[in-house]
Amino acid sequence: MCSCSGASWPAGGRTRRPDLNLDRYLARDSIVHRLDARLKFLLTVGFILAISLLPIGSFLALAIAWLFLVALSTAARLGPLRLARSAFFALPFVLAALPLVFTRPGDPLGTIVIGPLALTISGQGLREFATIALKSWLSVQAALLLSFTTPFPDLVEALRRLRVPRLLVAIIGFMYRYLAVLTGEAGRLNRARQSRSAVVEGRGGGSVLWRAKVVGGMVGSLFLRSYERSERVYAAMQARGFDGEFRSMGGRALTATDWTAFVVVATAIVALAVAGQLLLPRS
Amino acid sequence: MATTPSAHVHPHEHGDAGSAPLTHEHAHVPGALHGRPVESPAPPEEVGARWIDLEHLHFVYPDGLEALKGIDLRIARGEKVALVGPNGAGKSTLMLHLNGINTPTHGSVRIGGTLVDRKSVKRIRAEVGLVFQDPDDQLFSPTVFEDVAFGPLHMGVPEAEIHVRVERALAAVGMTGFERRLPHRLSLGQRKRVALATVLSMDPTVLVFDEPSAGLDPRGRRELIRLLHSLDQTLLVSTHDMRLVAEVFRRTVVMDDGKIVGDGPTAEILADDALLEAHGLERP
Repeated sequence: MCSCSGASWPAGGRTRRPDLNLDRYLARDSIVHRLDARLKFLLTVGFILAISLLPIGSFLALAIAWLFLVALSTAARLGPLRLARSAFFALPFVLAALPLVFTRPGDPLGTIVIGPLALTISGQGLREFATIALKSWLSVQAALLLSFTTPFPDLVEALRRLRVPRLLVAIIGFMYRYLAVLTGEAGRLNRARQSRSAVVEGRGGGSVLWRAKVVGGMVGSLFLRSYERSERVYAAMQARGFDGEFRSMGGRALTATDWTAFVVVATAIVALAVAGQLLLPRS
Repeated sequence: MATTPSAHVHPHEHGDAGSAPLTHEHAHVPGALHGRPVESPAPPEEVGARWIDLEHLHFVYPDGLEALKGIDLRIARGEKVALVGPNGAGKSTLMLHLNGINTPTHGSVRIGGTLVDRKSVKRIRAEVGLVFQDPDDQLFSPTVFEDVAFGPLHMGVPEAEIHVRVERALAAVGMTGFERRLPHRLSLGQRKRVALATVLSMDPTVLVFDEPSAGLDPRGRRELIRLLHSLDQTLLVSTHDMRLVAEVFRRTVVMDDGKIVGDGPTAEILADDALLEAHGLERP
């Protein structure tokens, strides 16, 4: 953040919009931070996969998985509960699974009456809902651990070196670079609108339809600006020898520490996945 | 397992110092006199005097707008030239011709004796570094290092040399140590300097700037002027900043409505009130 403070250029609210900001990296000195981004990415995907494959009601396995994340988060010097707190933003998405509580057949626990509607809570449905909610909460925590401990450019580089198609990687890289620019532009447009939207006493601020038109115009103008910018960016790329093929440089090689950490964590994930399927009790 | 670009490595076409003229096949043509259209490549001693050589340059945009109406301009190697003129005069359009982003409708562009055409354009782009007005257009990579490395990487420079070049280019603009920084977290002045580094790393002999001082605060402007003085490449700088013109450039070219309407020593151009008045310019 400090690097922005000396800027004479309008900051465009870049640093005040964490929601659209992909820079979630929290600089610390820890083994989790130092681990190669490729391995961290693979482990995160593996962890999420293992979690989502757990059977319904494996609450003990999910609890172990959570303790595992807490341990990693502590090792990364992020504090034990930071991930759990930050992952709440994904909670609204869980609502999509809420109907399960009322639609799954199984031991009825009670009935809620809303007007003409009588909804019966089923025990089986509740179990499924709780499993889904916990699984998604844990998956988000794992993804957050990755993004808290890995700078985004390293993640892009990791994808490139994992042989993700280069065009896709380039698009992710551009998105990261220009999201900040776009947010700044949107912020400036919005401020220009706000500073001209005085409300005279006794009169409203225009009808909803009218306001929708204004916002529509802003979105359109943002699109046109981005479109024009894309042409200028392409010219700048051409000017520096871009011929349609993205090239990249080799990065650092994996160290023995990287491999050791990878093997340990990967073994733990596999053990959890297997135990969750075969050994651990379900309720 | 690392995907090194070694498969694409071609040795850089010309020497590191860039002192040899671009033409590899220049025959000595005694009859090629200054000012006359040259059909065969010019002799080496003349190439330096017309390092940038525009002849009867016309450019019509696809929508029919005639942006350049016959430009003749010669700039010697190492010369620093300011390009001034009102908005819409065609300055930016002209600059985009210098490394083949725009292709002339009529006329020709030669850089270091080499005609800019489809065949030579890749070589020309290593020779002519274009610094765009908005650094957000120029800096498109996630990190400063990747951006400065982009040009050399796509020219096929070997990896070890890319690191040396990036370091040198960032040192030249006073941005050493910013390799891992994110472009959108830099100030405008810093981004402008990194934008310059992204073309310096390609080792160009010609640098073309579009409005370098626009939007800079006084300190950023001072740094820019110091930087422009320190560069020994051939410079062509489009600007509205007449104080910058007076401070840095000995020669000034005035453009209006797609034509060159004034060309001479900066002191004379800036003293010509009638010329400045006629083309919407002002004294510093």
